[in-house]
Amino acid sequence: MSRLEVITKTKAQSVVDDLYKDLERRIIASPPGLCPVDMTASFLKLFHTQTCGKCVPCRIGLGILVELLEDVLDGKATMDTLELIERTARVIYNSADCAIGYEAGLMVLKGLEGFREDFIEHINEGHCSFHLEQPVPCVTLCPAGVDIPGYISLVAEGRYSDAVRLIRKDNPFVTACALVCEHPCETKCRRNIVDDAINIRGLKRYAADHCGIVPPPVCSESTGKKVAIIGGGPSGLSAAYYLQQMGHQCTVFEQRNQLGGMLYYGIPNYRLPKERLMEDVANILSTGVEARLNTTIGDGDNELSFKMLKENYDAVYVAIGAHTDKKLGIPGEDAKGVVSAVQMLRDIGDGKKPDFTGKNVIVVGGGNVAMDATRSAIRLGASNVSVLYRRRKADMTALEDEIEAAIAEGAEILELHAPKEIEVNKKNEVVAMVADPKIIGLISAGRPSPVSSDQEPIHIPCDVVIIAIGQDIVSESFERAGLPVKRGRIQASDDSSIPNVDGVFSGGDCVTGPATVIRAIAAGKVAAANIDNYLGFNHIIESDVEVPDPIIENKSPCGRVTMMERNTTERKQDFEIVEKGMTCKEATQEAHRCLRCDHFGYGVFKGGRVEEW
Amino acid sequence: MVNITINNIPVTVEEGTTIMEACKIAKMPVPSLCYLKDINEIGACRVCVVEVKGIERLVTSCNNVVKEGMEILTNSPKVREARRINIKMILSQHNCFCPTCVRTGNCQLQKIASELEFGVGTYKQHITHSNWPTDFPLIRDESKCIKCMRCIQICDKVQSLKIWDIAKTGSRTTVDVSLRRNIKEADCALCGQCITHCPVGALTGRDDKRPVFSQNGFLNTKGKTTVVQVAPAVRSAWAETFHLSRKFASPKRLAGALRMMGFDYVFDSTFAADLTIMEEGSEFLERLKHKEKYKWPMFTSCCPGWVRFLKSQYPDMVDCLSTAKSPQQMQGAIIKNYFADKIHEDPENIFSVSIMPCIAKKAECALPTMDSTGTGPDVDVVLNTREFINYLRSLNIDVFNLPESEFDSPCGEGSGAGVIFGATGGVMEAALRSCYYLATGENPDPDAFHGIRGMDGWREASIDIAGTEVKVAVVSGLGNARKLIEAIRKGQVFYHFVEVMACPGGCVNGGGQPIHEGKEMAEIRSKNLYFLDSKNELRFSHDNPEVKRVYDEYLEKPLSRMAHKLLHTDHTAWNMPLAPKRTK
Repeated sequence: MSRLEVITKTKAQSVVDDLYKDLERRIIASPPGLCPVDMTASFLKLFHTQTCGKCVPCRIGLGILVELLEDVLDGKATMDTLELIERTARVIYNSADCAIGYEAGLMVLKGLEGFREDFIEHINEGHCSFHLEQPVPCVTLCPAGVDIPGYISLVAEGRYSDAVRLIRKDNPFVTACALVCEHPCETKCRRNIVDDAINIRGLKRYAADHCGIVPPPVCSESTGKKVAIIGGGPSGLSAAYYLQQMGHQCTVFEQRNQLGGMLYYGIPNYRLPKERLMEDVANILSTGVEARLNTTIGDGDNELSFKMLKENYDAVYVAIGAHTDKKLGIPGEDAKGVVSAVQMLRDIGDGKKPDFTGKNVIVVGGGNVAMDATRSAIRLGASNVSVLYRRRKADMTALEDEIEAAIAEGAEILELHAPKEIEVNKKNEVVAMVADPKIIGLISAGRPSPVSSDQEPIHIPCDVVIIAIGQDIVSESFERAGLPVKRGRIQASDDSSIPNVDGVFSGGDCVTGPATVIRAIAAGKVAAANIDNYLGFNHIIESDVEVPDPIIENKSPCGRVTMMERNTTERKQDFEIVEKGMTCKEATQEAHRCLRCDHFGYGVFKGGRVEEW
Repeated sequence: MVNITINNIPVTVEEGTTIMEACKIAKMPVPSLCYLKDINEIGACRVCVVEVKGIERLVTSCNNVVKEGMEILTNSPKVREARRINIKMILSQHNCFCPTCVRTGNCQLQKIASELEFGVGTYKQHITHSNWPTDFPLIRDESKCIKCMRCIQICDKVQSLKIWDIAKTGSRTTVDVSLRRNIKEADCALCGQCITHCPVGALTGRDDKRPVFSQNGFLNTKGKTTVVQVAPAVRSAWAETFHLSRKFASPKRLAGALRMMGFDYVFDSTFAADLTIMEEGSEFLERLKHKEKYKWPMFTSCCPGWVRFLKSQYPDMVDCLSTAKSPQQMQGAIIKNYFADKIHEDPENIFSVSIMPCIAKKAECALPTMDSTGTGPDVDVVLNTREFINYLRSLNIDVFNLPESEFDSPCGEGSGAGVIFGATGGVMEAALRSCYYLATGENPDPDAFHGIRGMDGWREASIDIAGTEVKVAVVSGLGNARKLIEAIRKGQVFYHFVEVMACPGGCVNGGGQPIHEGKEMAEIRSKNLYFLDSKNELRFSHDNPEVKRVYDEYLEKPLSRMAHKLLHTDHTAWNMPLAPKRTK
């Protein structure tokens, strides 16, 4: 025996390590709707395997809990069983020696609190109210319910215009979403169980880039009804697109010079080039939707009154978005050189680019808008751009790709610093940002809170401060016109109608607060369906594209194709698009990775394809 | 066309053909369990798997289509192993006490398992049970359910009632009444299509043989007069199980079998079908005379599954139903009143049984409105065709030597028009034959209305009756009934008279009829009825001498006070669970 040896993994151990990774990915793909009691019992079984066997509550207690939970699931339990589970779990939490045991006990206690009704239901009824909610994960997770396996299979066959036609059944912003959608569809992709999620947005982009001009379907016969849509953003235009197809004449009232809302005025050109956005807008307008630009609905001078719209139109859809900035509320915020990200991005959209040449810029915030402001500031010539954020980089809400891109383009991330004061000179110009250093602290509601580090504030000289800590809704005039508004948000129901206000519907950011493009589009779709019914019709929106049968092929593990970007030194000089699309070979390979959950698994039985709405 | 090989033999099939169909065409069929053509092609049981060369994992043949150059193996070791193990897995959760099961010998699981020839179980058995109300006409036995999902699909896709759904999650996933209802609270029409499409014995009709045939059953109780009636559709199917020729299995031989069972009187419900035509036809002409007084169309009311459907789905349209009772209940009322008088028997002492192709009849006979004498139900027990067959088998009678016997008279003779009640369109055709007569005083050609025959789920015709254009429609299957009603409500169609049968193809395909895996029998059974009609000397209900006699001696005329008392009913006098509100 040597005194010391280098530790090498046994073959078994390395296989088990791989299995852990497989398990992690399987958990990612776990569909919602599973019975939480059943899940808890399964987790406990795993935790029990992890026990070292030394201490009693963990070695014996976890097994007992599994049995008791099985009794609940099999309908053999009583309320006494529930109490016994609670006591047992409590003792394991209170007395196990290490985290393997006490955290397992805690999991059961959390469940008893979080889904107690479910336990009771099992005991009283013999089953629970949960049911599988996700026959096809990507489709369920897409707020607009786009037929993703359908269009992926069309991309695989090279039928790009058919793919676009199929997408437009649920989402008219094919190109915009191909470039900037946050792709919630990918989060629980079942392909994760094999290797990695399908690059769904990339495939949509391939279709959008190669479909040519695809005309919209012919509109239904005119109903003679008129619908006013306030706001020419993704929600308003989506509603207009579908309502127009249903035969109702839509007029979109847009307060600015261009249609597209935040897609035009919020998202920088290097992510969504204006001419690409206009492909979607042109398609929507080609259905006959009328647009009245530079027209504000409100009660001010030169504004059209809401009352007038209500009187002159059969229905009104309010989709005004969330276009004003939130304030920090610190001294110096009104100084020259302090600008809101919303305002700056809007100006860039209008062609009024500020000149940041040689300037030191600080961006406050950690969301996607903060990253848009950061990367725009770099392109406007700033010599130095720092992102000030009070939590850690890992806690930022911006997409990881956006943060990485900003860093690659030269931004610095100043994490764990909270803005305290903006220092100004005598001319009330920004000279520095004073920030409090923080340390990361206890986790509450799933997010760690920044707490005082007990260190002195730091002083960061700068010329420009861009504030990107969220957006608000300009809804006052609508409140005065009689719409219910709470904390700025218009209070609409899930069907987008407004309780007690006949004929008025609302959706998108102005109802939910700032959210994603695809959620705004989905709200427009919901509004279109319910406005159609309100007007006394039941027009069906469908697509005549036939989805190909799945191809019988081996689904061997294969890497996910990611999209390349233009190199940083080149791209940060301009506002041209950064991301490059897939090649045909890449797109075809990626499309073939799709597991076709519409056909294999539960999808072929129920909910695999929603052909019309 | 697509060129493939199956077990190395080249085959050419049309594009879009499933592997299963291709294998069938090539005479190398693949076994299947959960598969139900066009209804349930979901690959749940994994029995129909095949090997496709170049593809690592096995492929289900039921729901994947052939591709050019595909090389398919239907019996490779990999395939056979999977098939056997999967069947063993199913058996580990199936109550395999087969000798006691009504489906033994007619069970797809049993058939496949025995074909694969394996010994006693490999896996431990885990059988689950549930509480099911055993007094309900439709019985579900959790311990036998193999979760093939056919019942869910047939109810969703064909009958549009969505009574069944997946229940529970994970390993405990099973089938149960949807929306977590008790079956008694559900809007089940009791068509029984889930029963006839269940591959095993998990879904059955309630067995009501005991009160009839057991030692202290009514047939064996002294002092009781026992009568039985047999529905038109039964004669179209009972021979199938015994492999009797349709010619040999004549209605008279059916009567002979019932007599051998010990019934004192054997009647043909066809008589009551003729009576139904007299009442319903007259009611229709009456409504036509006072068009503005009635909501249109008038719906037939002889199918209790349909009545349950309309009451639960469109309660505001119940007024459209004809008030005529179904033939079963007319026959029951006539037996316990008119016939009881004839034989000088107290109705209390008459035990009345009917042999029906239908599960809903079991519920219909127990309705509070179906007691015309105040002494108990007009029909005491309903037995289904399958129960009749099973009892006949248990008697060990050599069916090839069954004697023929006449039905009893009066109330035993039926016309050809009454016989075709068992097929979709038959009631309408019979009604039109008599309406024509009642309106014009002349008989039409008995086959004048044959255009209304057929197997399409929704057929329509426009008929001239004495100068009045009458628009009629015939639907079968509740999904089709729903489509028709929706179209009526939207004003897209207008009819005066609509025949609805809950079961696709009509009573011949009823939920109480013999079960044939993977085969729809409506068409062939209907042909049998139309054949019997064509050979019948009586082709018109109104020409039936026994019908005339019952009017002369007892009822006076159609729609008389007495006829109303015995032969009509109030559909609103009992409650049916309403359709639940569902989100899309």
